[in-house]
Amino acid sequence: MKIKNNTLTVDATDLKILKALQEDARQTYANIGKRLGIAHSTVYDRLRKMERHGIIKQYTAVVDGEKAGLKSITALMTIYTDPKESERVAEELSKTPKVLEVYASLSEELLIMAKVVAENQEGLHAFIANSVAPLPGVLRIRTSIVTKKFKETPFSITNDADKLHL
Amino acid sequence: MNMENMPKSLKTFPREKAFYFFTSIGNYTGVSAASLKEFVEKINEVNVKSLEFHLCRGDFEKWIGETLEDKELAEDIRKLQKISLTGDALRNQLYLTVSKRLRRLAAQIGQPQP
Repeated sequence: MKIKNNTLTVDATDLKILKALQEDARQTYANIGKRLGIAHSTVYDRLRKMERHGIIKQYTAVVDGEKAGLKSITALMTIYTDPKESERVAEELSKTPKVLEVYASLSEELLIMAKVVAENQEGLHAFIANSVAPLPGVLRIRTSIVTKKFKETPFSITNDADKLHL
Repeated sequence: MNMENMPKSLKTFPREKAFYFFTSIGNYTGVSAASLKEFVEKINEVNVKSLEFHLCRGDFEKWIGETLEDKELAEDIRKLQKISLTGDALRNQLYLTVSKRLRRLAAQIGQPQP
């Protein structure tokens, strides 16, 4: 772990700690230390530093909405935008709680892609018609409602090809 | 007639109150209308699937009744919904209904008829 210009650079030990934490964020510092062969105080110190520098954004619970009985639909929106306004469109979408993820892509046209949740199809349509279509710079919108989810995982340390061989 | 006395149906609305044409749930065509005059023009331009989608859902009737506050035209549109028109027959009938109303409103306030 190195700090240069107030930026923290993680080393192999930090990555091992992060990997252990991503497998089970509720395990103790002692347990992580034991697995990695380092002192629990080292685990504690490194985690605090990574929290302070925003490398660890939050500790959260991954909820299966379906099993929790929450009725909602998920849709993926592709928003074709005027290039001059696309940044603002993306920023406005990002402010909305219904919108879970927002991406920009430069393919043939400048696109904003967003993942959105709504209580039902009518709620989804009302949101897009009243809050997305009227945004300045929106040229047209294509929306696909998700009917089946095959995989959904948050970013993991092991997704980084260079760090796979820890 | 001054602007304050102009029927709401002849006014131009801000973009958040405009009508946005979709072809299905969440699929926006890029065509919108911020006034009744624009709306009648767009009836002839937009994909007919969009007209079918909105008529079936009662969206035209709702926008015209609630935003433009033109209850008479909203009722005429509701009648169109009942006869289940599709395709160009729907486009033509919708155009006739709205343009007729627009001409009548324009005549009322002494504007050149569209």
